[in-house]
Amino acid sequence: MKTLRVARFSVRYRPRALAVCAAAVLVALGTGVLALGRGDYPIAPGEVVRTLFGGGSAAEDFVVNQLRLPRVATALLVGAALALAGALFQTLVRNPLGSPDILGFTQGAATGALLVVVAGGSSAALAGGAVAGGLATGVLIYALAWRGGVQGARLVLVGIGTAAILTGVNGYLLTRTQLMDAARAVLWLTGSLDGRGWDQARPLALALAVLVPLVLLVCGPALRALELGDDAASGLGVRPERLRVALLGAAVLLASLAAAAAGPVNFLALTAPQLARRITRAPGPNLAASMCTGAALLVTADFAAQHLFGERQLPVGVVTGVLGGGYLVWLLATQRRAGRL
Amino acid sequence: MSTTGSLPIPGAAPARRGSPRALGLAAGLLVLLAVLVLSLGLGAKQLGPAEVWHGLLDPDAPGYTVVHRMRLPRTLLGLLAGAALGLAGGVMQALTRNPLADPGLLGINAGASAAVATAVALLGVSSFTGYVWWALAGAALVSVLVYAVGGGRGATPARLALAGAALNATLYSYVSAVMLLDTASLDRMRFWTVGSLAGARTSTVLGILPFVAVGALLALGLARPLNALALGDDAARALGARPAAVRAAAIVAVTLLCGAATAACGPIVFVGLMVPHLVRALTGPDLRWLLPYCAVLAPVLLLGADVLGRVLGRPGELQVGIVTAVLGGPFFLYFARRGKARA
Repeated sequence: MKTLRVARFSVRYRPRALAVCAAAVLVALGTGVLALGRGDYPIAPGEVVRTLFGGGSAAEDFVVNQLRLPRVATALLVGAALALAGALFQTLVRNPLGSPDILGFTQGAATGALLVVVAGGSSAALAGGAVAGGLATGVLIYALAWRGGVQGARLVLVGIGTAAILTGVNGYLLTRTQLMDAARAVLWLTGSLDGRGWDQARPLALALAVLVPLVLLVCGPALRALELGDDAASGLGVRPERLRVALLGAAVLLASLAAAAAGPVNFLALTAPQLARRITRAPGPNLAASMCTGAALLVTADFAAQHLFGERQLPVGVVTGVLGGGYLVWLLATQRRAGRL
Repeated sequence: MSTTGSLPIPGAAPARRGSPRALGLAAGLLVLLAVLVLSLGLGAKQLGPAEVWHGLLDPDAPGYTVVHRMRLPRTLLGLLAGAALGLAGGVMQALTRNPLADPGLLGINAGASAAVATAVALLGVSSFTGYVWWALAGAALVSVLVYAVGGGRGATPARLALAGAALNATLYSYVSAVMLLDTASLDRMRFWTVGSLAGARTSTVLGILPFVAVGALLALGLARPLNALALGDDAARALGARPAAVRAAAIVAVTLLCGAATAACGPIVFVGLMVPHLVRALTGPDLRWLLPYCAVLAPVLLLGADVLGRVLGRPGELQVGIVTAVLGGPFFLYFARRGKARA
């Protein structure tokens, strides 16, 4: 932990965490540039960067800025939002497996979206349904887990129970659709960035612009205090329950908006914070590092999903699902050996 | 009985409590019989108990075709699958010493589903006899994995449930990926993954019968050694049980029961959680009573849910997996809120 002082102001930081953030941002942007250059109309990375800053030809400007940039931007934003939501959940629940896709929020977003599909709504309505479903589930889970305060283990159990009910409901809704709609719904449920435009990226960018400073700068220190336990945190002047409500609300909002933009991309919220924590080797929630890692992970996974399988383009959710599965098995094995699971 | 107030004899108490438990089991069988009649009688064409009876026995009776062609296989499948899931839940809860263990919640059904999805998409398997071996293999793999994770002493209910939920999420994301790559499998799988008894055939019933029978016998035979294991490994050894062998046999039993039930009906959650829980309130923790009760009352729940789905979903029907999820979910939530399962 080092301190940077400028006149009366001081910022404490960890050099390693800072380096990790910088590296993750570099990876994210580098892969982003590669993704912008590849496709039916290949463009060299140097040209891509020039085009981004307004220098390329009209054709290059169209391909890079109109066709490919929205998808890459959405990947970066969704990755950052899911990772931040995951880091908040894992800290509040005190378990490396406590992420929104395990605890029912994602399933709730899916229920909202599926209801729209069954009703024959448009893609924009589908996104709205996802946000509404995710938020409603968040409120429901919080209310059900409330017994004079919300405790991590109870939230986990209530979340898992809710997830199981909603999975049943979602399966039912899937049987109520036409086969074509069902295919569209399953594609959405897997998580895909195909054909994403600014319409999907914009609300998420706005939410991140508002929530990230609030979460990182206002709640971050208090969250670190909360990791010491409710009593210690109260002693440090933090009101645990209010902080939890605020942060859970922010996390649910981020996860729902991310789901609205790209569908519930599995496991990103679970893995990114854990990966960040391991690379930074720093205790605590690692919020900023998680966000950078999440953005880098998702944009890389989407690049792989588009180009690794030849002609066949997979939805990015399949790639994160498989990676997440491998990570999960490893996590279960090591955590168990360490006696922590 | 003298009025001098004889001292209670420790060894006599269980024997005296035994007869109400036997009576309870008999009552449970009667309830099961009633649900069986309901399941045979209710549907698009309603049949009274007498008509069901004639339909079963008399080839010339008006209800004969309906009963034999459609409702009998469906009802027998519910009976077998319900007993299988109830027994599997009871054994798992004893094995993991975890009241939240359920083959659905811990991912075993999902393992079977993932294996079936692979078979459907890659090999074009479409018959039940094709499903069942795959389902068993998937169930076996996940059983071993879950046991490796959840068998330890440090595993709290919440953490085991989390591990299971994460495993579930992985496996179902794989299943949906398979469905996505192949529309034909999507059409078949989207009904199967919900969990349903509809469309049961006699061949399916006969197909799972041997697996369920062997699994059930194994489970019931394990009641006594599992009881011993509840006292701890050392005590169990002193009582003549071999802990490692008992655990391995229990995993085999759970695999056979869950794999067969999932292959035939698709993944069904919460039956294996709810029934042993409710039963424990009636029988206490002794598995020699708990498991037979589970075998009788779990089919009551599953068939009851199936009948309810047929009544509620008119003119179509609600798949039984959805009804059990919606019935069992609140039960689980209530239980979680009560804080009995605190981590």
